[in-house]
Amino acid sequence: MAAEQTTVPIGVGELVAKTAEMKKNGCRLVQIGCTKVGDDYEINYVFDKDYALTNLRITVKQDTVVPSVSSVYFGAFVYENEIHDLYGITVTGMNIDFGGHFYRTTVKTPFAVTITKEGS
Amino acid sequence: MGKQITVPFGPQHPVLPEPIHLDLVLEDETVVDAIPSIGYVHRGLEKLVEKREYPEYIYVAERICGICSYIHSNTYAECIEQIMHIEVPERAKYLRTIWSEYSRLHSHLLWLGLFADGMGFESVFMNAWRLREHVLDDMEATTGGRVIQGVCKVGGVRKDIAPEKLDEMLKGLKGMEHELRDLTNVFLNDASVIHRLRGAGVLSTEDAYYLGAVGPTARASGVPIDIRETGYNAYGQINFKPVVETSGDSYARCAVRAKELYTSIDIIEQCIKKIPDGPVDIKVTGAPDGEFFARAEQPRGEVVHYIKGNGKRNLVRHRVRTPTFTNIPPLVTLLKGCQLADVPIVVLSIDPCIGCAER
Repeated sequence: MAAEQTTVPIGVGELVAKTAEMKKNGCRLVQIGCTKVGDDYEINYVFDKDYALTNLRITVKQDTVVPSVSSVYFGAFVYENEIHDLYGITVTGMNIDFGGHFYRTTVKTPFAVTITKEGS
Repeated sequence: MGKQITVPFGPQHPVLPEPIHLDLVLEDETVVDAIPSIGYVHRGLEKLVEKREYPEYIYVAERICGICSYIHSNTYAECIEQIMHIEVPERAKYLRTIWSEYSRLHSHLLWLGLFADGMGFESVFMNAWRLREHVLDDMEATTGGRVIQGVCKVGGVRKDIAPEKLDEMLKGLKGMEHELRDLTNVFLNDASVIHRLRGAGVLSTEDAYYLGAVGPTARASGVPIDIRETGYNAYGQINFKPVVETSGDSYARCAVRAKELYTSIDIIEQCIKKIPDGPVDIKVTGAPDGEFFARAEQPRGEVVHYIKGNGKRNLVRHRVRTPTFTNIPPLVTLLKGCQLADVPIVVLSIDPCIGCAER
């Protein structure tokens, strides 16, 4: 039995307003996660209300500057710092900005690299 | 405003088995701000989907955590099954539910022991862990593993449990129940425990909800979120009510976990009575092409496994949002206003699992 889940593609410019709308509608921020798809990066902002998931998705390039939603949902800073450190995407306006030191990684932005099975 | 000083807490601290650091900003001995810092042991396990094919990656998913290990493998399998439209046999769903609740029992008993130890109750700590051994013995007898079970797979489970063993397990849990009453009586009714925990680290209902708190941390603040209510595994056929408290303090978080022990035993009992006969797995061919967010209720709260596949044996992405990771912002908030001496116990009260957070 799977609870309902919907993905809504949105533009970077409308991210903060749409997120504020989700909060106004009584939604909880479940998670923010990034996926590298080819040269693009899909960032999923997932919200829950009554166990139904709504996923706002922006698709960006690595050099796109993404506005923080931590002014709407305080807890977003953990996800945004994570995305910055693992994927190298700049997020501006975070309420707590670790400046690239949220994770201590031996390789810079390790998740921006795709490993092939041969290890290259 | 008095003079402020910053006191580092962690990453190594007697109450912390795993590394997390907090910069505590104090006025006198009152915490006015807390800045968290993790990332000391980040492993990047999610990245291994690019090197391991999806059926074998379940072993990696299970190793995200040494406590919620089984539920990680269960949720990963569920995510793949949803993308591939695989209908798992009913018996396997019940077995998955039983092992999930055993995981919750052993995790909560582990935490109650650590919490008692944090408060200086050494004998309670040992008693909690003694009872936990009984749970782990059943896990080992039915799966072959105490910590890492390796029993869940895409399409079902690898092992069945004989009816005689199921009866034996139920008798064992019922026999343990009166000892659990003695144990939880200390956490729920002992005057010194109540004095230590009441009013320490209060998280309001609104903060718990909008800061993203999950599991006992949310339910102790009156937020009745319990992903088991969505009906995954066999939970849709089981009657239970989430344990909810309203005071939002460390006592409430402790009380939720103590009471959830009985809910877990009740769920296991219902499963054992209702479990149907039949196969425990089906053959799976092909590879996932699509994406899904699978959620489950771990002992620490809602876990999210996101998978994106493109029809190949290696997934494009496996992303895990663990309960501890989303409980960090609530922790920052509930520490504000605490006394420095209460910080260790308040940090413990959210049951932080850094192994999960640093997957």
